[in-house]
Amino acid sequence: MQRYVVQRLWHLVPVLLSVSVLVFLMVHLVPGDPVQVMLQEYGSPAQEAALRHSLGLDRPLAVQYGTFLWRLLHGDLGRSIHSGRPVIAEIALRLPYTLWLTAASMAVAIALGLVLGMVAALWHRRILDYAAMIAALAGISLPSFWFGLVLILVFSYYLRWLPAAGADTPWSLILPAVTLGTSAASIIARLSRSSLLEVLRQEFIRTARAKGVNELQVLYRHGLRNALIPVLSIIGLQFAGLLGGAVIVESVFGWPGLGRLAVDAIFNRDMPLIQGIVLIAAAIFVAVNLCIDLLYALVDPRIRYS
Amino acid sequence: MLSSTRGSGTAETGAAGAARPVRALSHAAIGLRRITQHRGAVAGAVLIAGLFLGALMAPSFARYDPTEPHFGLRLQPPSAVFPLGTDSFGRDILSRLAYGGRVSLVVGAVSVLVSFAVGLPLGIVAGYAGGRTDNLIMRAIDVWLAFPELLLAIGIVAVLGPGLQNVMLAIGISGVPGVCRLVRGSVLSIKEEAYIEVARAVGGTAAHIVRAHVFPNVLAPVLVLLTLRLGTAILAGVGLSFLGLGVQPPTPEWGAMVAEGRAYLQQAWWVSTIPGAAIFISVMGFNMLGDGLRDALDPRLH
Repeated sequence: MQRYVVQRLWHLVPVLLSVSVLVFLMVHLVPGDPVQVMLQEYGSPAQEAALRHSLGLDRPLAVQYGTFLWRLLHGDLGRSIHSGRPVIAEIALRLPYTLWLTAASMAVAIALGLVLGMVAALWHRRILDYAAMIAALAGISLPSFWFGLVLILVFSYYLRWLPAAGADTPWSLILPAVTLGTSAASIIARLSRSSLLEVLRQEFIRTARAKGVNELQVLYRHGLRNALIPVLSIIGLQFAGLLGGAVIVESVFGWPGLGRLAVDAIFNRDMPLIQGIVLIAAAIFVAVNLCIDLLYALVDPRIRYS
Repeated sequence: MLSSTRGSGTAETGAAGAARPVRALSHAAIGLRRITQHRGAVAGAVLIAGLFLGALMAPSFARYDPTEPHFGLRLQPPSAVFPLGTDSFGRDILSRLAYGGRVSLVVGAVSVLVSFAVGLPLGIVAGYAGGRTDNLIMRAIDVWLAFPELLLAIGIVAVLGPGLQNVMLAIGISGVPGVCRLVRGSVLSIKEEAYIEVARAVGGTAAHIVRAHVFPNVLAPVLVLLTLRLGTAILAGVGLSFLGLGVQPPTPEWGAMVAEGRAYLQQAWWVSTIPGAAIFISVMGFNMLGDGLRDALDPRLH
């Protein structure tokens, strides 16, 4: 296992370095003069020169990247052009909200997805199966921003059960988490259904039943535990969907997370802030996938030795 | 059980079909029959046909100008005059919906084309060439995948600036890794088939083998992915327009229409919810057709 961990960590080095190069290049890929774009053409020549110098854009590309990487390793992502505050401070302020939201959505997705998938598999080709799979199909096709608005309309405006926006009470988390988690729940439902069906067809299930193990035990100890292994592998991928989807869902619910910060940064053409957010999101995503891979290897010993 | 026997059957008819064009036709006919017998696929195809028809015929049933405001007719509820009501500028929602469908369809189609134009050749080359070429391409794809898809699209729009063209490019580019990985996987499994070995043994060049034997056999999974990606791309497109990064007002577009109606959700529910429902139904159509195609053409895919 230790060798596997070291190996996986070692693989991350080139990926993270390439990510840093791409994020660094973002400023240079802006069509036209990035400084003029960032100042939205309102800057005087002196302001432009000052910004160019403070961003280091007047130095050779390799030197710029070296500085960028050096600062990055010291936790310095530069300063936001709009607010003038350090990018890392802006992100630190908003990141917890996004982490809460994605974690809650993931919980919704796993709970709902597993229940739907199990119900569908156990009642295979019966009405409950079809109902669950139609629900999953609908869940994948839902535009999250619209689903969120419909939930607000029903649960905030008509029933007055839950707040429509903001992050003032723990109740505020429910609607955004359900909105964001639904699509991932649908994908988990589909996969856990087909995975459970596959496992229930295996010889060892028949053996367990034949030797008189009660049905619940068969399902839990032999069925579910084996069926969950492939499901685990897509949870990491679903996390990517949640991080991206958070941008939209946060805008719908006025949730003060990274996604809202990103959208504001785009409208302000605040490149350092955008770079910082993209970099942090990629790093989180890579870290989550690493954890899932390690967990996967822990659950399924075949992976460690291949 | 059924799926595994069907899977090997597909591969065999594919092999014979590549050698004799007459059999290839019947192979396609079998696929077509399976599709028309799949209830979900037919329902999806009907939804999509309706969507296309609505977008094509927009000028004939849109009774009003989709962009011209009429401030005396703001937020009218659905009625005989305005079947789906009016928005906060007094514009007929049905007319805007019809023209907006065109934009969403074009965004979906163009971005999927971009994904496949880059991902398909990359996947074929990586899968067929193998070795260092494969390694190089897949390492690049790994880096690409380090960015969550929608976030990558948003990042690209951030660099290029908001606007419809940039949105299509961004969604297209962020979809490349998925296409590349699927195509590479399919090519890898086809490469091991006996007919490829035969083609190589009789002196076929790599270019010929790819064109005549590999490409026709990856078509089925590519078609399935293409259909499913259309749904995803439309969703991403309306999402970015909802955020204000896509089309700019007053152009009608479904995501932007939902965003415009948000402020009036309580007093005029129809402004936001109707275009949202249109998105939902269209994407569902593509997903149903894609799932049906997958069941019919390639049961091995999941």
